[in-house]
Amino acid sequence: MVVAVHDVHYAVDGRPIFKGLDIEVRRGRITAIMGPSGTGKTTLLKLITAQIRADRGEVRVFGHDLAQLKLAEIYAVRKRMGMLFQNGALLTDLNVFENVAFPVREHTDLPEPLIRMLVLTKLEAVGLRGAADLMPGELSGGMARRVALARAIVMDPEVLIYDEPFVGLDPISLGVILRLIKQMNEALGITSIVVSHDVKELSMIAHDSYLLSEGRVAAAGSPQELTKSDSEAVRQFMTGSPDGPVRFHYPACDYTTQLLAAEEC
Amino acid sequence: MLRNGRHHVFLLEGVRKMGLTAIFLFQLLVQCIPAFARPRLVIAQIYNSGARSLIIIMLAGLFVGMVLGLQGYELLRRFGSEEALGSAAAIGLLKELGPVVTALLFAGRAGTALTSEIGLMRATDQLVAMEIMAVDPLRYVAAPRFIGGIVAMPLLAAIFSIVGLFGAQLVGVQLMGVDKGAFWSQMQGAVANRDITEGIVKSLVFGVACSLIAVNEGYHAEPTAAGVGLATTRTVVASSVLTLLLDYVLTAAFL
Repeated sequence: MVVAVHDVHYAVDGRPIFKGLDIEVRRGRITAIMGPSGTGKTTLLKLITAQIRADRGEVRVFGHDLAQLKLAEIYAVRKRMGMLFQNGALLTDLNVFENVAFPVREHTDLPEPLIRMLVLTKLEAVGLRGAADLMPGELSGGMARRVALARAIVMDPEVLIYDEPFVGLDPISLGVILRLIKQMNEALGITSIVVSHDVKELSMIAHDSYLLSEGRVAAAGSPQELTKSDSEAVRQFMTGSPDGPVRFHYPACDYTTQLLAAEEC
Repeated sequence: MLRNGRHHVFLLEGVRKMGLTAIFLFQLLVQCIPAFARPRLVIAQIYNSGARSLIIIMLAGLFVGMVLGLQGYELLRRFGSEEALGSAAAIGLLKELGPVVTALLFAGRAGTALTSEIGLMRATDQLVAMEIMAVDPLRYVAAPRFIGGIVAMPLLAAIFSIVGLFGAQLVGVQLMGVDKGAFWSQMQGAVANRDITEGIVKSLVFGVACSLIAVNEGYHAEPTAAGVGLATTRTVVASSVLTLLLDYVLTAAFL
């Protein structure tokens, strides 16, 4: 087990985000974390990467209980991880080549020719060797995400975490990212955690999936199993139906009453 | 009763913020030593905060010096001691105007740039990305900028004073006709090492204060457009007020 989240409770300003969350990520597999917006998917990634600590429960990564680790040990765990941010999070004062080279320069004393070879290999893998001299501001959203992916894999991590990798991409870029996630997993054997609400795309690549709802795991299994779930709420999410137990409207007072009332109800 | 309660909250919040800033300063100082292992980053920040502020500092220095020459000449003429203009301008610039005006301009030019840059790095997840890559952003981003500001400030203050003296001379000697020899010799006789030390110490202290505020505000800015804007405003206000407060304390200490 690469990541094991057990009975995790977490609240922000008294508002509970997780109320006993249990998730397991197995080595060498692509695990999808799905759920409607605001269900704490990104918060879960923050817990796994030790950016925040659970109020209760246990988060184990590579067998280490993150709550027991000191900062230096957390950094040691993070060196074995790679993360792809939604917006790429490229360093804006460095060009594409230097962005990918950044972790290598910071953590190793490799000679320049070797760093060059390593960076070009990773850029070739994401199809952007020709963009090595461009600055992040000159890249499209899809290209920025691919550069960020090259940076995330440059240190050969054991786990790759993708935060909403498909958001805002055109169909071609989306297809490219989808193929890359699959390639990273199959060719390099990298365990992948993909957080997204794009059910169709996840169904194509995920081995395991978890559907989060109201602070817990509402359903777990393969994406195909989830589609055939008995739960109406799970089926509504998987099929994207506007009608179902998950309401379209944010809770409010009666519509007619509010329209006719002189003051706010 | 309620008002007292509010005062309490304000006071507690103020103390809490000062405590957090002190902890941040300690963390920064710890990271300053490893930051020197990458001198390229520090030099880049000295360039950003120092060299890029040169034009505004030199222009301001020139005009402040010219005004000092004009006002000083007008005042000293009433007592028939125009020749003392050189010493008056030098002492005024070296001890007060150089460090203080430089710090105020630094807060407006370099301080705001530092805060907004670091704040935007926070807003665009660049700092978090570094943490995930096991690179401490305090060491890579904050410490080099902090050191850069501290190194740049005394250099900028020195340049401000030199250009200011040139401006005072331009008006006093070239325009108003004060004797050139008297202007420079009186200055030489009146300015003591202690005056120069006072100027250097002040600009160093202002450098620490302004850089700390700018980096701290940016590092802890709310990661939104409004949050970064607010942090930038706070940098200018806090740096300016603290500079003037510290100026009084240091002036009193040097008496």
